[in-house]
Amino acid sequence: MSVIQIEEKDFFEKTKKGKVLVDCYADWCGPCRMLSPIIDELSDEVNDCLFYKLNVDNAEKITDKYKIMSIPTVLFFNDGELKMTIVGLRSKDDFKELLEKI
Amino acid sequence: MYDLIIVGAGPAGLTAALYALRANKKVLVLEAKCYGGQIINANKIENYPAINDISGVDFANNLYEQAKNLGMDLKYEEVIAIEEDKVVVTNKNKYQAKAIVLATGTEKRKLGLAKEDEYLGKGISYCATCDGHFYKNKIVAVVGGGNTALEDALYLSKIVERVYLIHRRSEFRGEKKYYDLLRETSNVTFILNAEVIKLNGSDQLESIDIRDKDGDISNIAISCLFVAIGQKPANDKFANLIDLDEDGYIKAYDDVHTNKKGIYVAGDARTKEVRQLTTAVADGTIAATMAIREMR
Repeated sequence: MSVIQIEEKDFFEKTKKGKVLVDCYADWCGPCRMLSPIIDELSDEVNDCLFYKLNVDNAEKITDKYKIMSIPTVLFFNDGELKMTIVGLRSKDDFKELLEKI
Repeated sequence: MYDLIIVGAGPAGLTAALYALRANKKVLVLEAKCYGGQIINANKIENYPAINDISGVDFANNLYEQAKNLGMDLKYEEVIAIEEDKVVVTNKNKYQAKAIVLATGTEKRKLGLAKEDEYLGKGISYCATCDGHFYKNKIVAVVGGGNTALEDALYLSKIVERVYLIHRRSEFRGEKKYYDLLRETSNVTFILNAEVIKLNGSDQLESIDIRDKDGDISNIAISCLFVAIGQKPANDKFANLIDLDEDGYIKAYDDVHTNKKGIYVAGDARTKEVRQLTTAVADGTIAATMAIREMR
């Protein structure tokens, strides 16, 4: 598996089915750049989840809807329903544990 | 059995790894979360000799790659204790080393107010360069008096409508260069001799209460409070073996020695006057070199 970049217009279509993780980031955010390879590795190890990344600079509707005011923010969905929001840098193992709970 | 176990993969820890690996030592680096340490939050480093400017993330990545290319073994495990005879206990394993370098760094200091954790990402931020963009044309406040607070206020002044810069003393600790720039910035308001005492709001932060030196309390409506009140060490778990000072920093003797033979300390985690990137990598260099020299 790999992490796929999504656009705002495709967001709801892509997140409506199954377990989905979305890494909300921006190029100007240091911790986001450190999180990105962690999510990449996670996507190689976890098979029952789809992994996306969303550039918040081009996604004002989504950041408004989910009240994203701090990045990196990771959103967890199950069948389109937001299950959890994690703000800030975490380890790969932390994310693995969180995914198991979804 | 490892020659050297390094706890923490910030600039100090990775530099120690670099030196030990180049000396052909068997090295294990243990990191709880993510390599790079606090420097990843620096937008731009402009005071590292011979490098004009570099982002904190690029600096961290370069250093990581450099050590990785020498065969660094880095495991993402949280160190929970150090036992006698240089045994390192993590949340997953136990490791034995001939020498240990503690390069645990510091973490961001919180205000310690009610709802502070609840409002993280909802009006409380510890990273102005990460979150400033979400507050375009809004009113925000920065609390703190060091370089980070001054830089944050300057950075935010270019994005938001107004920045209140709140500091509990009458003078800033940060560089005068930043202070002079801020004084010339029309949308920055200084609130000195004042402390933030309460966070107000429902789902998100809406205002803060501040108390001045006379004890008078006033309320300021803001969308976000950027907290930049410095760092604190996290060494309590080593206190059974290692001497700490009253603030929790590891007591350093002769640069990088702890009270325990064969256990060294490098970077922001130790007692020292100047906590900078340059002094962190210097510590890493000295700690690894001394550890190898004194290894038996």
